[in-house]
Amino acid sequence: MTRARWIANVVAVTAAVVTFFPIYWMVLSALKPAGEIQSLDVRPWTLAPTLEHFQRVLGGENFGRYFVNSLGVALSVVVLSAFVAFLAAVAVTRFHFRMRTTVLIMFLIAQMVPIEALTIPLFFLVRDIGATVPGVGLNTLGSLVMVHLAFSLPFAIWMMRGFVAAVPDALEEAAMIDGASRPVILWRILFPLVAPGLVATSVFSFIVAWNDFVFARTFIISAKDNQTLPAALLVFFKPDENDWGGIMAASTLMTIPVLIFFVAVQRRLIGGLGGAVKD
Amino acid sequence: MTTAVKSPVDPQKRVHRSGTAKPRRARGALRPWIYLLPAAAVLLPLFGYPIYMLGLLSVFDYRQAQVSGGEPTSFIGFDNYAKLFGDERFWSVLVTTVVFAAALVVATLAVGATLAIVLTRAGRIPRLLLSLAAMAAWAAPAMTGATVWMFLFDADLGLVNQVLGIDGYNWFYDKWMAFAIVGATVVWHSFPFVMVTLYAGIQAIPSGVLEAASLDGASAWQTFWRVIVPMLRPLITIVVIQSIIWDFKIFTQIYVMTNGGGIAGQNLVLNVYAYQTAFGSSEYGLGSAIGVVMTVILLIVTLFYIRALHRSGEKL
Repeated sequence: MTRARWIANVVAVTAAVVTFFPIYWMVLSALKPAGEIQSLDVRPWTLAPTLEHFQRVLGGENFGRYFVNSLGVALSVVVLSAFVAFLAAVAVTRFHFRMRTTVLIMFLIAQMVPIEALTIPLFFLVRDIGATVPGVGLNTLGSLVMVHLAFSLPFAIWMMRGFVAAVPDALEEAAMIDGASRPVILWRILFPLVAPGLVATSVFSFIVAWNDFVFARTFIISAKDNQTLPAALLVFFKPDENDWGGIMAASTLMTIPVLIFFVAVQRRLIGGLGGAVKD
Repeated sequence: MTTAVKSPVDPQKRVHRSGTAKPRRARGALRPWIYLLPAAAVLLPLFGYPIYMLGLLSVFDYRQAQVSGGEPTSFIGFDNYAKLFGDERFWSVLVTTVVFAAALVVATLAVGATLAIVLTRAGRIPRLLLSLAAMAAWAAPAMTGATVWMFLFDADLGLVNQVLGIDGYNWFYDKWMAFAIVGATVVWHSFPFVMVTLYAGIQAIPSGVLEAASLDGASAWQTFWRVIVPMLRPLITIVVIQSIIWDFKIFTQIYVMTNGGGIAGQNLVLNVYAYQTAFGSSEYGLGSAIGVVMTVILLIVTLFYIRALHRSGEKL
């Protein structure tokens, strides 16, 4: 083994340990008995793992409810955004039409807009919509689905575009010669072919919705039952004594679903990103 | 994905083939718009309209009294902007935001690029370990990243204080120390993107080029600066601009870790400042003006981004 390789290995392993440590510490602290967290004699392991924090968080603090809320919102966003993004991606890759470049650039610009600043107009918009359409006003989960969908779409379309473009035209042309109709080509031929890309794109939409803090914080004011995880986490922060065991257990519950999704599709994700970035 | 240059089906030809006349052709021209319809139905009201409304609110006197209907809303032109630009606070927040974002971009790139190179030289198992760890940091929600790092640096029960033996020291009291910890959290979240993207880019460099460099006696350092960096320039530009855009918009970490902007607002960045002005002080018009300033700055960065994409050969 050369010296360079040896140094690279040491740096890689060290970086891996440092990078993973916060996640490890989170899960460990979630499993530590309260006494050990309070103790000044800090140890990077525990001999008495316990689920007490999880039980407290899921039972007493109504966290189970928030978990279900978050999951419901995120999955609705994923399904809707996959459908809408697929159609839009087909439009901008398979057709040449006037203003096509303009449309594409608008999707790009939309990704840069500071969405937190848009909470101000959106707050009033959602309030006004809620006055006429029940279910999507302030304090509803519907309002969150709506805005998350809007904010995950530009990136989803941008990413899907790479996957749709990678499918050779010839397949559709052959189908067309065989007399297949447009909808058949779209849903029976193209859709299954880009399904892997759709999964990767969906992970991003899922993460946008799942991680959102600012809209949940702004829109869900009084309806405690409709809170989602990120905003609900703040419940555990108390002025003097933070319940770190509870916070870490709640954080663990919030991180695990994303971690699973991410690892499951990581190969495609990198392929898709490479495509989105490099083309 | 490099084979993806499209030769889209020519609508004319299609019409010809199906042998139908005019109405069909009209439908062919409309079809992309039909496919774009669902996206437009979501984005126009929930994205386009709020942007317009943000601009509109910024030229109105819109505060709690107007929201509750106690006072009529009145058009005040650029008064909000005048107030903003005359306010020392705004300028100091703006400068802080720029400095903080710049430091984050540099740190993210330094860490990401170094580790990308390390990945190309490390053995299979160290490479796998680092990839997985980076993946985990990447995937962790901003919110949980913030809570874990807060716990690590907690004054009483935090690991850092216990290891250093400085019980009770609060890291978040000092403006720059607080920024440093928030910054570390952000870099922890964002370096994986840079690392993975650059690693993929380096892998895509033909091995012959690197072999030629080493045959010519180039050191690793020279190979990096003289061969890899120039070849990856377009990719690096994109990563840099993408990082600028993300780091300029940091919200969750600041909001959560410094409890809404730190002691006396010392850790405010523009994004949080806009939010607090609107929802904290009920100055919705003024908050919108800050939002507009941010949007304009990001728009300018975006124009550079589009130019960089264009140069790198991206087919729009």
